[in-house]
Amino acid sequence: MPVRMDKPWEPLNENSLKTVASHLGVYQLANEAGDIVYIGVADARTLFGLKGELRNAIASPPAGASQFRVEINMAYRTRHAELLQAYKHDHGELPIGNTDIDERMLGRLRPAG
Amino acid sequence: MDLSLTEEQTMIVDMVRRFVREEIVPLEDNLDPDADELPPEKLAELVEKTKEMGLHGLDTPPEYGGPDIDLVTRCLIAIECSQHRAGLYAPCYYAFGGARQAQLFEATDTQKEKYLYPMLKGEKKVFFGLSEPSGGSDPGRAIQTRAVRDGDEWILNGTKLWISGADRADYGLVFARTGGPGRGGVTTFIVETEWEGFSVRRVVHTLRSAKYATEIQMEDLRVPHENILGEEGGGFAIANDRLSRQRIPYSAECLGVAIKAHEMATEYSKIRETFGAPLSHRQGIQWMLVDNEIDIRAAKLLVFDAAAKADRGESFRTESAIAKLVSTENSFRVVDRSMQIHGALGVAKDLPLERWFREMRIRRVGEGPSEVQKHVIARDILNESLR
Repeated sequence: MPVRMDKPWEPLNENSLKTVASHLGVYQLANEAGDIVYIGVADARTLFGLKGELRNAIASPPAGASQFRVEINMAYRTRHAELLQAYKHDHGELPIGNTDIDERMLGRLRPAG
Repeated sequence: MDLSLTEEQTMIVDMVRRFVREEIVPLEDNLDPDADELPPEKLAELVEKTKEMGLHGLDTPPEYGGPDIDLVTRCLIAIECSQHRAGLYAPCYYAFGGARQAQLFEATDTQKEKYLYPMLKGEKKVFFGLSEPSGGSDPGRAIQTRAVRDGDEWILNGTKLWISGADRADYGLVFARTGGPGRGGVTTFIVETEWEGFSVRRVVHTLRSAKYATEIQMEDLRVPHENILGEEGGGFAIANDRLSRQRIPYSAECLGVAIKAHEMATEYSKIRETFGAPLSHRQGIQWMLVDNEIDIRAAKLLVFDAAAKADRGESFRTESAIAKLVSTENSFRVVDRSMQIHGALGVAKDLPLERWFREMRIRRVGEGPSEVQKHVIARDILNESLR
């Protein structure tokens, strides 16, 4: 599994959600240009896992998100932390929509590539 | 042999039990089932309470400000502290102080000022960099990270794997080969994570969500000679006694989880009815509960035997290995049976059993797998002079 998610983007709409189940895992949202604007997690408290989280994102897209990609992952907490840390390493800051993250709780990662 | 608790021990157990039930367990209602930490402000509140109890810094020697408690009492506390969802790897979310890098107590005065005291105050975080992709149980042979002297510095190159908390640490203890093969060729260095050439490459995802592991890479990492901890070539000689001692409360933590799982299974068996009778009326279930009880009691006696021997100043290496082996294996079986008694509910994230099952599985491997403990015990049995 690569440190950075590299799956193709899907349009953030109800039609695309037909292929997403209610698993636990992580997801990324991007704007039209493909820039990541939010890195999220569907943890065990979410009502319908990834599907529920993405449905919420469709209802009120953070930071102009219009695309998504998901990764089903039972190690969703550590994977979420890893994705956030890798993004911060690459861009010097967290995605614009991740105002929900306390940066004191994140570590420093220097992934290769 | 008197196995009853002293008045002071009874008081401490009651106090810690109340703390876990009143302060920790209610917090978990609002946390993800896999959560392993609290917001810093909340943790600070809890730390103040453990300080008021006189029990903060449990693994810190009294001469460095830790509470003056013996190992038996430390184990009693460990059994109580782990009785909540995150309790096995994040007992009370570290409100009693996290695990310390015991080797730093053997540092020089200058090193203590720079590295030990900030760690004890909770201002700095430290990682322990021993295991490598080539192995962790036999590090004397497996270590391939190389340190080569260059004037007043050493240049380190290599990879470390399964390292907890390196991504959030300020410095760490890195074991590297400075000489020939075997333990005598390994030296411990104190390495700062901000130094050029040090990188945490990735998070290693496992069954465990708390204290996740990382992979570290060192590329031409320059470390001052003064950052050698202990003697050159003496990487394994330092703090062995302290580390063996820490393995006993580690075993006691497993028991705490087993006791809680067994308690849940017992209660559930009384209220859950199948085919017209409670589960507790079925012999198949009763025998599972009996096996739980025996596994817990047997492991408890062995853990306290090891702790008592260490407290008396006697040799406790074999006892420590037996305690680790039996407590992890027995507790794993207890959690497994307790899940079975709960049926589908047992494997759901609604209850802590599935998390304990995953984390207890790791305990049979971490801190020396069961087979390595058996290897240690066998060596001591066969070599009478070591007993």
